[in-house]
Amino acid sequence: MPTRKTRPPTNPRLRDIFAVFLRMGAMSFGGGMTSWTRREVVERRGWIDDRRFITGVGLSQISPGANGVNIAVYVGTVLHGGLGALVAVLGMLAAPVTVVLLAGGLYFGMNALPQGAWFAAALAGIGAGAIGLNLANGLRLFRRNIRRLGAIAVVVATAASLGLGVPLGWVLVVMIPASLLIAWAERSQA
Amino acid sequence: MTGVLAQLAGLFVVLSLLSVGGGNGVLPDMQRAAVDQYHWLTARQFLDLFAISRATPGPGALIVLLIGFKAAGVIGALVAGISMFAPSCVIVHLAARYWDRAARSAWRELAERALAPVAVGLTLGSGIALIRGTEHDWPAYAVTAGSTLLLTLTELHPMIALAAGAAVLLAVGT
Repeated sequence: MPTRKTRPPTNPRLRDIFAVFLRMGAMSFGGGMTSWTRREVVERRGWIDDRRFITGVGLSQISPGANGVNIAVYVGTVLHGGLGALVAVLGMLAAPVTVVLLAGGLYFGMNALPQGAWFAAALAGIGAGAIGLNLANGLRLFRRNIRRLGAIAVVVATAASLGLGVPLGWVLVVMIPASLLIAWAERSQA
Repeated sequence: MTGVLAQLAGLFVVLSLLSVGGGNGVLPDMQRAAVDQYHWLTARQFLDLFAISRATPGPGALIVLLIGFKAAGVIGALVAGISMFAPSCVIVHLAARYWDRAARSAWRELAERALAPVAVGLTLGSGIALIRGTEHDWPAYAVTAGSTLLLTLTELHPMIALAAGAAVLLAVGT
């Protein structure tokens, strides 16, 4: 898979790929996977060069799926083809899947217990905070990436329609072509 | 049982393909389907599972494991997880082989630029939908507002904001 020009200096084994992503996955609280993956894969191990990694970030953002998982698929593919991608994703998700299922089992078993009310209040607080995390992620992305008037209009229209209950498929069918058109128009302006 | 598994697979394969812009945009559709359409869980439980998926490591899309588990046990979790993750992963894997060649093409740059505002809008819109989809009382609104402000304006770690949210609602005794 790697071309001659970008062949990594060391050819990592599948089990090394698994180990790196297992460790990152286990500690991936609250996002930020992209910069972390870059540090592990580009800076510390030199498996991929920076230009290629940034290309992968673009792909992972434009494709469906969680960005962190997509980056893992991209890095795994570049290093070791389909098996590499599978190993990277399984490594990244192994610990989170275990933890989430344990927490879920606890949650569905907890309702019967007398401490259930405390647990419910704590969880409601985490949920309310997590909605804030969601909104803050959006606002930070907005502050960093959105400059032009047309793009601002796309943000507002997308957020409002999805927020007010329009099904996602309809939002995307309208907003993606609209945003492409606007990006193209604003590009020829500049 | 088989019917539920087919519903889980059908729902999450579609949402996997629609999960552009990081994947937050699928939450409103997921909530509508799981709560209102299939009655796998209540609105309260959906928000609780959302909270669990955010307070634990890994992508937020892992909430589908818990929805699948509630709907159809361990097999349900497995079906939901594979349905949610496999389609998008296969797309990235296939695209990765050609993406380098498209690296300097004009349309790629345009597509990346056009998708950014859509992704921001989907993230904000899913937050709005989550607030509307649960019966919030004022302490919960206050926690959401506080955590939004803190996490937007400071470099506070998200987990601290979630823990603070739990502490506030425990103290208020909701």
